Amino acid sequence: MIELTDVTKSYSTETLIGPLTTQIPAGGITALIGPNGAGKSTVLTMIGRLLGLDQGTITVAGHDVVHTPSRAVAKILSILRQENHFITRLTVRQLVGFGRFPHSHGRLTPDCERHISEAIDFLNLTGLEHRYLDELSGGQRQRAYVAMVLAQDTDYILLDEPLNNLDMQHSVQMMRQLRAAADELGRTVVIVLHDINFAARYADQIMAMNDGRITEFGPPERILTDETLSRVFHTPVKVIDGPDGPLAVYY
Amino acid sequence: MRPAAPPVGEPTRRTGAFVRRRDRIRYAVTMVALALLAVALTAGILAYDNPMPVGSDGFWRIAELRVTSIAVILVVAFCHAFATVSFQTATSNRIITPSIMGFEALYIVVQTGAVFFLGASGVAMVTGTTQFLLQAGLMIVVATILYSWLLSGRFGNIHIMLLVGVILGGGLGSLSTFMQRLLTPSEFDILTARLFGNIGNADAAYLPYAVPIALAAGGALWWRARRLDVLSLGRDATTNLGLNHKREVIVVLFLVSVLMAMTTALVGPMTFLGFLVAMLAYQFADTYHHRLLLPMAFLLGYVVLTGAYFVLRHVFYAQGMVTIIIELVGGLTFLVYIMRKGRL
Repeated sequence: MIELTDVTKSYSTETLIGPLTTQIPAGGITALIGPNGAGKSTVLTMIGRLLGLDQGTITVAGHDVVHTPSRAVAKILSILRQENHFITRLTVRQLVGFGRFPHSHGRLTPDCERHISEAIDFLNLTGLEHRYLDELSGGQRQRAYVAMVLAQDTDYILLDEPLNNLDMQHSVQMMRQLRAAADELGRTVVIVLHDINFAARYADQIMAMNDGRITEFGPPERILTDETLSRVFHTPVKVIDGPDGPLAVYY
Repeated sequence: MRPAAPPVGEPTRRTGAFVRRRDRIRYAVTMVALALLAVALTAGILAYDNPMPVGSDGFWRIAELRVTSIAVILVVAFCHAFATVSFQTATSNRIITPSIMGFEALYIVVQTGAVFFLGASGVAMVTGTTQFLLQAGLMIVVATILYSWLLSGRFGNIHIMLLVGVILGGGLGSLSTFMQRLLTPSEFDILTARLFGNIGNADAAYLPYAVPIALAAGGALWWRARRLDVLSLGRDATTNLGLNHKREVIVVLFLVSVLMAMTTALVGPMTFLGFLVAMLAYQFADTYHHRLLLPMAFLLGYVVLTGAYFVLRHVFYAQGMVTIIIELVGGLTFLVYIMRKGRL
């Protein structure tokens, strides 16, 4: 379980995140949605201890992310940012291998190699594992990054807009693979999404944020109403019945 | 029974520094070739134009005189190679080098400041190895504080950092020039003698201090090489993998400033040597493993320096010009690299 208690973060006098107090249950996929600048990525990076908090505490599986040694946290949660740019030229397998660093400190054991192979296979990158990242398409590269955090073998996986720049086919593939990671591997996935319909279809819980505060938190069927979505996104939204559940229409 | 070795071109399902065996073989061949070249050049410097017959007593006496130059080159190549590769990894940037970011300008300011504030008589009191260690220590402290502050936190942006670093380098240079203008001719003379260093007339008295200090700093970097591998992924990925990014960067910058202080105190600034050898090492080694990159960069640095020294000293009879040829070749390589890559 991820617990936030009175968490605040201020960038300037006008932009203040929080105070946030909430609990994200273990297991399944939790989607963070909201308009630009609502603080979704800030909350995610604070949980992933990439960004410090001004006040409050965040615990993941009972461990305070700020005060627990970073090395121990790396075995509990992994986080992937939107922008990933490396100066070194790496193959998919070498990149995924870095995910084992918290466990092996750079000396890969046979057990590590097994985890690496499994993560690569899980994201259908088996044929591409020895290709360099700069030879891959955006979708393949994104999958390689996700494979790296999967190989880290943590119970909690935090992803900041992993569907960014992905086309329809790759977005669907990515969400299916994350769904499988949650269902088959028992991981807890917290994900920032822009597309409310992806959240509705694949997430177990949706957390909606507005102006640095959590305004809604619940299962998709409760969030997906005309009234709630229109309020969250500051734009008229109609929810219609689709073949696989409710669909938000806002064009 | 051991499994049969895979064919040369076929990658295996293992994670390593190299994808194919072919790449590993190429790395080993390059290292051996560089080592042979290094031995040949060393022998060349020791023996070329030695008037006494090879193996005679006189031959070895003349060769001994030249051993100091070899030792100085070893220290300089080691310091620049390790410092530049580690610095570029810590800053996640392959364009900036400690020299470009003003580490050497800082050394000149420290030297000039010493003469400026203490005066000729004051400086004369702290001479020799004492002043070498004092100034190296001062430079290490200032560089570590300055660049830790600069490279972390608000100035984490590469472009701002590069700009600030270059301006800082230029600014420190101007500050030195300004102070030099105010010196009396005799003080200026003393200062020039201190700033003027090259491989030909490096003070051998510093070597007993410079060698162990450089070895200790280089050894520390070698020991942290696996952390350096992770550090090259940038701040967020490093934190995610459980390392304290800020602390790692500060430790690396401290070790880098130790190495830069040693080489600059010995032979003075060599702006592009580090960049040249680091870039060549990335191209030749083609791996992210620092345990493989660092020795290759060191060997390359040694070959480049001994090669330039040999050619200039024994072919053109132009002693003390080594830095100039390195600057020229290194500067041109820098330009060509940026032009071809087209981005920072």
